[in-house]
Amino acid sequence: MVLEPTTLKRIVRSVLATRPDEIGCDECFEQLDRFVELKLAGKNAAEAMPLVQDHLDRCPDCREEFEALLAVLRSMT
Amino acid sequence: MTEERSNQEWLDALRSPEPDEALAKLRTLLVRGLRYALADRFNVTEDDLEDFAQNALLRILDNLHTFRGEGRFTTWAHKIAVRVAFTELRRRRWQEVSLQDLIARYDAGDFTPAALTNHTAGPERRTTQRLMLETIQRIIAEELTERQRQAMTAVMMGGMPLEEVARRMGTNRNALYKLLHDARQHLKKRLLAEGLTPQEVLAAFEE
Repeated sequence: MVLEPTTLKRIVRSVLATRPDEIGCDECFEQLDRFVELKLAGKNAAEAMPLVQDHLDRCPDCREEFEALLAVLRSMT
Repeated sequence: MTEERSNQEWLDALRSPEPDEALAKLRTLLVRGLRYALADRFNVTEDDLEDFAQNALLRILDNLHTFRGEGRFTTWAHKIAVRVAFTELRRRRWQEVSLQDLIARYDAGDFTPAALTNHTAGPERRTTQRLMLETIQRIIAEELTERQRQAMTAVMMGGMPLEEVARRMGTNRNALYKLLHDARQHLKKRLLAEGLTPQEVLAAFEE
């Protein structure tokens, strides 16, 4: 089986960027609506809610939902 | 057109003895929102959107007491609808894929990065890469539980959504994320203990 080097590098980057205070999917979900509203208001959501941003950087499921929610709210403005 | 009700107006209407009008308005909003959210997914039908919105409404009603009022009620509602929709779409997309089959494709026993089959790299570089790879493989084998290895393989190599891996492993997405986090923490500690800096590891596989 041949594995792409990009996958290997992604895994290693993910491992090395691991931090002890990461939040899980439930906590991210709980705060996601607030995070998205900050973003839409032009505020620095990543700075205001860094653990949410960190989780979205790591978790493909949550990131996909975040992007969809952002698209929904942008369509409503 | 955006719904102009205040959060409290929404909550009062949905909790009232006659919530039908509010439910209908909310359903329309959710369907419209999901139409945008899922616009690039060609296998989603209007019936799907209605089903997702209906399921989301049930979840919203069950969880009204958890709405904290820090943002807009409609944002919170859309968030739930997006979660409902994506959960179902992921289930459909992956329903034919067994976890064991997916993991077997990436069995660490014959795990050879494409980099090592790239004969344009010099022999010294390939040796460095092979040693690095063997170290990382050994660390993974020694540090992780079987469950952690399976989850990591399925998510990070197989691309299966956490939610789908969790379903197959008899757990939930949050618990699976924490399992993976724990695995990453073990690997990180071990890599650093072996004297492997981030720069060294990544540089070994640069083109």
